[in-house]
Amino acid sequence: MIKANVYVTLKPSVLDPQGKAVMNALHSIGHDSIDNIRISKFIEIKFQEDDLEAVKSKVEEICKTVLANPNTETYRYDLVKL
Amino acid sequence: MIKYSIITFPGSNCDYDSYYVAKQRGNIVNQIWHKDTDLKNPDVVILPGGFSYGDYLRCGVIARFSPIIKEVTKFAEKGGLVIGICNGFQILTECGLLPGALMLNRDLQFICQHQHLKVINANTPFTNQTRQDEVLDLPIAHKEGNYYIDNDGLKRLQDNNQIVLRYCNADGSIDEHSNPNGALNDIAGIINDQGNVFGLMPHPERNADVYCQSPDGAKIFDSIEKSILQNR
Repeated sequence: MIKANVYVTLKPSVLDPQGKAVMNALHSIGHDSIDNIRISKFIEIKFQEDDLEAVKSKVEEICKTVLANPNTETYRYDLVKL
Repeated sequence: MIKYSIITFPGSNCDYDSYYVAKQRGNIVNQIWHKDTDLKNPDVVILPGGFSYGDYLRCGVIARFSPIIKEVTKFAEKGGLVIGICNGFQILTECGLLPGALMLNRDLQFICQHQHLKVINANTPFTNQTRQDEVLDLPIAHKEGNYYIDNDGLKRLQDNNQIVLRYCNADGSIDEHSNPNGALNDIAGIINDQGNVFGLMPHPERNADVYCQSPDGAKIFDSIEKSILQNR
């Protein structure tokens, strides 16, 4: 089995109001040194196969077509053999 | 009389509102389940508001894989009129039938209110019965209506006159207070470059009846029907 850990993050040019709200909350309890917070999505996918190259191309395809919106998001992933 | 087809996805909740308005105006209206593959030869397709697939992952993204979307795409590519309202607008951007994306509102809240909208392009099949710069009063009800597109995309929308509606004040002015959700360039509704696919966050179908606070939504339906009948 192979597990893909996929991270979908907002592009730097896109505002993240959720991240800003969390940062403001943390500032209000004294975490003054926080400069920026961005909230992302973390997705775990398990594959019942062991071919890393084959899984990589599948994950790439899944990220491009479904998990990330190319208008607003970018993605990265790592693959772990279980 | 024209033929409307209204698509119902699991989680759509404005499909019957759209059905009611289209039917009450004397049209033939077919309600189409998302797993169907026959659009029933419509003049116009409505993708209604709601929360298709519970808004999981991103609003509208999973609806893109419903079988009927292939037919809607073919219909749109042949020049058929398609209007996506609220979640329907989100689905159209996720399908790639309209550019850009709808993101979480600036203030993180679900907004449900009457909203003034300025007609930026009255020369579309969806707005020909409005006037340029006319201020419409339509309800909005969404949490992800914050329109975003990159700079090149925005320039293309502007150059091709694809911005149809912008959020505004009652007098038509546009400032930081008139934008409810943080949408880029105050964009509330856009059209594709061929001019036959329209997406908007406001709900014309909720304000198209004489009993409503403002019947401005009827102007969108007047426009659609006029443009279909004129081209017959």
